[in-house]
Amino acid sequence: MQGIYFDNNATTRVDEAVVEVMLPYFTEQFGNPSSMHSFGNKVGLAIKKARMQVQELLGAELDSEVIFTSCGTESDSTAILSALKAQPERKEIITTNVEHPAILTLCSWLEKDGYKVHYLKVDGKGRLDLSEYKKLLTDQVAVVSVMWANNETGTFFPVVEMAEMAHAVGAMFHTDAVQAVGKVPMNLKDTMIDMLSVSGHKLHAPKGIGVLYLKRGTRFRPLLRGGHQERGRRAGTENSTSIVGLGKAAEMAMEAMTFENTEVARLRNKLEAGILAKVPRAFVTGDPSNRLPNTSNIAFEFIEGEAILLLLNKFGIAASSGSACTSGSLEPSHVMRAMGIPYTAAHGTVRFSLSRYSTEAEVERVIQVVPEIIAQLRKLSPYWDGDAPKAEPEKAFAPTYA
Amino acid sequence: MWDYSEKVKEHFFQPRNAGVLEGANGVGDVGSISCGDALRLMLKVEPDTDVILAANFQTFGCGSAIASSSALTEMVIGKTLDEALKVSNQDIADYLDGLPPEKMHCSVMGREALQAAVANYRGEVWSDDHEEGALVCKCFAIDAVLIEDTIRANNLTTVQDVTNYTKAGGGCSSCHEGIEEILVKVMVERGETFKPSAAAQEQEEAKPAGMTNLQRIRKIEAVLDAVRPQLKRDGGDIELVDVEGKTIYVNMKGACSGCQMEALTLQGIQQKLMDELKEFIKIVPTKAGALSRASCHP
Repeated sequence: MQGIYFDNNATTRVDEAVVEVMLPYFTEQFGNPSSMHSFGNKVGLAIKKARMQVQELLGAELDSEVIFTSCGTESDSTAILSALKAQPERKEIITTNVEHPAILTLCSWLEKDGYKVHYLKVDGKGRLDLSEYKKLLTDQVAVVSVMWANNETGTFFPVVEMAEMAHAVGAMFHTDAVQAVGKVPMNLKDTMIDMLSVSGHKLHAPKGIGVLYLKRGTRFRPLLRGGHQERGRRAGTENSTSIVGLGKAAEMAMEAMTFENTEVARLRNKLEAGILAKVPRAFVTGDPSNRLPNTSNIAFEFIEGEAILLLLNKFGIAASSGSACTSGSLEPSHVMRAMGIPYTAAHGTVRFSLSRYSTEAEVERVIQVVPEIIAQLRKLSPYWDGDAPKAEPEKAFAPTYA
Repeated sequence: MWDYSEKVKEHFFQPRNAGVLEGANGVGDVGSISCGDALRLMLKVEPDTDVILAANFQTFGCGSAIASSSALTEMVIGKTLDEALKVSNQDIADYLDGLPPEKMHCSVMGREALQAAVANYRGEVWSDDHEEGALVCKCFAIDAVLIEDTIRANNLTTVQDVTNYTKAGGGCSSCHEGIEEILVKVMVERGETFKPSAAAQEQEEAKPAGMTNLQRIRKIEAVLDAVRPQLKRDGGDIELVDVEGKTIYVNMKGACSGCQMEALTLQGIQQKLMDELKEFIKIVPTKAGALSRASCHP
């Protein structure tokens, strides 16, 4: 498909090389890896190889620490529910108020069951206050779940340090690392991170495959019980085709790690600087000095994000927005609200997320198109007048709530 | 991505009457910046005749908010104020060949901007009387505030009650957990506990007091007769097939059958029947599952 895809934090295209290694596992290598015959055995060996490829990408000590799941959300749910089940005497959870819904919705559900959930706040740049975190750490905390990198802004959290702090009070530490894996070099064997979630489709593997990293010795209670797959830690016949694909994608991500952090970062920076140079009243959200190399989240004041996306789409450009409208909810992105971004800017945030397939020409095209789109929508905005916002825009237009 | 009609896209990409209207003498500012949709409607009204000579808008909002604003201006220009005030939010949505349920509030905002602008022209103060909550039932576009208020006002205790009173949960049923949560919350307030098993029981008591089956069927026929001319104008018709307790089976005929608007038409008739019979009934088209089809593709 033609078009410029700058929405790689939503999902990525499966690399052709990944598809190629997967194909035989739909047809000739269709066996069940649990079977005794050679149909199954070869598949079992392929899964073993994939497990080692993922182990390598994560810097895990052992391949048995890699548990294949169906997606990042399953890994998140498994990790948190296991930690609670394994430590019934501990009734508290610490997380942040900018996590992905995979964590936040589960936590608010657990609150109904009587668990106490502490939500760490962030500052205007999306950063945590570790002294607030330290105060909340007690022997009542079963698990801390903090994302490695934020999906909307790309901002990193200091998960390695936070895992050590959690261990000091005997709490388990989980991180939702779906945005970070493949873009950030990891060496989990040297950390105290107990559990980590991976999603295949964020790193050019297919959708429907994920990983839960489980450090050896971490007490564990499976979510799905049944057969002995994944050493009894995740029952259900293996998605062997996708596991093989994820293995290949992990290997390729390992090879591209430097490229992601140099070339992709350079393109992202060029895109961001190019847009900001031409568009007034626009700013980067999150912490630009400490974030994923591929992500740029820009707030365009006084206009609404869905309208921006529709116009971008008309030019064949794909991005995403934190506006309420794009999700059908009533509030703009919880991440933007947590950072205290005013409504008039939060609704106009647009996330551009690049990949190693993004090109210089694409970046230049987007830099050319975006300012026109923003100007076009601002002409319709009741806050805007000519080429600048009205004086005291919040007073110039203060609608009756409807 | 939203499934916007071509008409919505067209009004979004080429909005009519956008920008400041010089010499406007009626201005309505409505919307909510927290929700991300707000609109200023500007009218130029001829004082002698009350005819709207010009209408412009400025909108902070999504594609359907801009399209609804644009459509609204086209719809009211040339009308008198009283005629314009007859434009309902459904008329705006229809003008745009429909809006997704999550986006119906954009048409509501348009209607309210119109009321506010007319009030402003007449020197009156317009106050908004509705509050919007999170969308719970996507099939029928019913939000949490409406469900909560209805539960409270009528002492409802079951999901079925909520469906009977608001239609929420009457389609695909995936919002039943959400409805139960609201029930739990409101029932706790009045010192009761929500019992999921209570739902099944009260189902089967049928006809309301004081009406024989014959009287009931005659009433139903009378309602259908009343809507028939409208359907016939569009080349369709409706026929009563059977009445079984609270379920009324009908045949949609001619152009009505399989029409995209069939579900909407049936919902309207269902409402009229409920008003007339003073009880909850369900209208079921016998030839095709029109209502359920609408439910599954909100």
